[in-house]
Amino acid sequence: MDIKSAILSKYNAKVFKSRKDHILEIEADQTQSIAANTRAIPGIMTNRGCCYAGCKGVVVGPLKDTCVITHGPIGCGFYTWGTRRNKAKSADGRNFIQYCFSTDMQEPDIVFGGDKKLKAAIDEAVEIFKPKHVMICSTCPVGLIGDDIHAVAAAAEKEHGITCLAFSCEGYKGVSQSGGHHIANNGLMKKIIGADDQSPIGQYSVNLLGEYNIGGDGWETERILKKIGYHVVSVFTGDGSVEDISKSHRADLNLVQCHRSINYVAEMMLQAYGTNWLKVNFVGLKATIESLRNLAEFFGASELKDRTEEVISEEMALIEEDIARYRQRLTGRKAALFVGGSRSHHYQELLSDLGVETVLAGYEFAHRDDYEGREIINQIKEDADSKNIESLVIEKDKRYRAILTPERYEELKKSIGLEQYSGLMRQMKDGAWVVDDLNHFETEEFVKLLKPDIFFSGIKDKFIIQKSGLLSRQLHSYDYSGPYSGFKGAVIFARDLVMGLEAPAWKLVTPPWKKKKELLDA
Amino acid sequence: MRQVAIYGKGGIGKSTTTQNLNAGLGEMGKKIMIVGCDPKADSTRLILGGLAQETVLDTLREEGEDIDLDQVLKEGFSHIRCVESGGPEPGVGCAGRGIITSIGLLERLGAYSDDLDYVFYDVLGDVVCGGFAMPIREGKAQEIYIVCSGEMMALYAANNISKGIRKYANTGGVRLGGLICNSRNVDGEAELVKAVAKELGTQMIHFVPRDNMVQKAEINKKTVIEFEPTCGQADQYRALAKKIDSNDMFVIPKPLAQERLESLLMEHGLVA
Repeated sequence: MDIKSAILSKYNAKVFKSRKDHILEIEADQTQSIAANTRAIPGIMTNRGCCYAGCKGVVVGPLKDTCVITHGPIGCGFYTWGTRRNKAKSADGRNFIQYCFSTDMQEPDIVFGGDKKLKAAIDEAVEIFKPKHVMICSTCPVGLIGDDIHAVAAAAEKEHGITCLAFSCEGYKGVSQSGGHHIANNGLMKKIIGADDQSPIGQYSVNLLGEYNIGGDGWETERILKKIGYHVVSVFTGDGSVEDISKSHRADLNLVQCHRSINYVAEMMLQAYGTNWLKVNFVGLKATIESLRNLAEFFGASELKDRTEEVISEEMALIEEDIARYRQRLTGRKAALFVGGSRSHHYQELLSDLGVETVLAGYEFAHRDDYEGREIINQIKEDADSKNIESLVIEKDKRYRAILTPERYEELKKSIGLEQYSGLMRQMKDGAWVVDDLNHFETEEFVKLLKPDIFFSGIKDKFIIQKSGLLSRQLHSYDYSGPYSGFKGAVIFARDLVMGLEAPAWKLVTPPWKKKKELLDA
Repeated sequence: MRQVAIYGKGGIGKSTTTQNLNAGLGEMGKKIMIVGCDPKADSTRLILGGLAQETVLDTLREEGEDIDLDQVLKEGFSHIRCVESGGPEPGVGCAGRGIITSIGLLERLGAYSDDLDYVFYDVLGDVVCGGFAMPIREGKAQEIYIVCSGEMMALYAANNISKGIRKYANTGGVRLGGLICNSRNVDGEAELVKAVAKELGTQMIHFVPRDNMVQKAEINKKTVIEFEPTCGQADQYRALAKKIDSNDMFVIPKPLAQERLESLLMEHGLVA
């Protein structure tokens, strides 16, 4: 029996039918299609999060100058408090991301409506913390009882002279956290992007989209970009701020790191302001270098291209020795990757730099375009779940500016893949496996069948995997480590892998009573 | 203690009928508590002589869990104890959840004392969500009466409520005790309601004729029995009270298909 049949054979007919199109083996020269962004089957132990997790946890949570209030009973706020490791520093020392704000709804608030308590929470937060920006994220019961959070937000703006945004990101909306990304993107586009036309913008200006500064990734990327001479206007949203995002429409180019969570903003800014976007990947050495060269090519200035090469040489010289040493110890190892919507792609490049082959990769909440490339977007059928999330109609803003001539635009589309994303599957070798919305059972089966040396995933399955004697590293939070991006991050990542794989603990995985005869006899 | 829930289409006269028949039961010497399960909190107005009462949920919101029973329970005509669940104003919050909270609190406060002969739940409108089904879930009310008339929508609602009863009949043990026809003077009314009751497997327990006396008593914030004890309509409510007190027909209803309901209407409603 082949691997796919072996796994699917354990399922009943209904589950079989649902899962079979989410699992595929990469075949040579084939155009393959995968099922994605569909509802998880109840009881199947999916690793997915909810719409609220996508909106609050991923996109708006990292904003350091914003008081993000979770409107709901306390659990949703509490368990998303500080769990993402999206770091932030602020110049004035005022930083909201270490706080957790929640309305802590009680039974009477459910019965009589929670809007009064929400208003009181905003008033209290404004009085104590004096934030310039407040955002409200809804949890499930708020959607059920129908609190008008948008009216509360509008009233708070008037009363306190702040920006106040409400997101109807109730957990039950959509099929995963992906719906929450979209809702958050819409909110930023409607109210924040384009709000500041005054602050100065430097030369070669870019926004870094879909970089959440987990473990300091964004700081390493920004360090390199600044060193070359770019002005990073804003980051969406790791170490990010509403203040910076307000002026993002005036940057020359959007760099898209995590395609899934932020491609809506990239596309909407292209339509409204003419801002071109470039898919980049600052995870992996070759990937970082290629991204930097593409970026220099976009601007075309020779000073920028020269400086890019200089910086690449300098940075590589600093790490070459370390990377070579680690590469020697890692070469030939096999990895499996199951992360959100981009990392399962990005980390394949870094692993390949280190001689590690990826035998399995999958996304928790990606859509088909993240697997197959953006060119298939118009083939994706809309369903009730995707229609449930508002899709904004964007009109050209009066500040629209195209910085490329049509000829140059076409040229760059070919040479640097401007405004394109080719997806994860084309990255992968023949015979590797792609699994969408991998679940607990399939994880255990694939571990047995593919025998990877490292399984990159998250907290929900990490310890199940490690109990089977296999190293598991969390690629959502980096297990208290990082950064892993750029040049310096690659070394830290390689070091962490070697430490994990060569840890003496693995020798103790087989318990003594399974090895010693006298114990077996006793 | 018999726990009885009164359901029926909005505006059909559930609260009026419940209070008037309770006045009849009260006259018979029965000890009764009425639990109003409508956010409008107007289920006990005629017994108390006006909207005289703090609702359970308002009190809960203002005082917290530390509530004395006598803050929310008032006695009215014939020592009938009255409680209003209350709830949010229209368009906000969750009234259904409110009823669940409220009944739970009444139980904890000891409102269901052993000396009671009857507890009546007067529930708003249709069975719109799990909250409004609360009195018939978890073994609270064991018997249901549906107030209806010979009008199509009233019978449609009665049929719908029967579906709700059937759903909980096996788990909570709830049974349908009958339909109370609160007459609207439509053609062939009694026959039609009887026919629907028969198909549901139950009875039309009483036909309450239309009488302006009910309206007069209401304006005076009284039940008919209190306001004009000797009038004919007062005797009608006494009769209803007696029938309910001696009722022994409790069934799991068999709801009708929509087409069947419509054809019954054609048969009876249009013959005259």
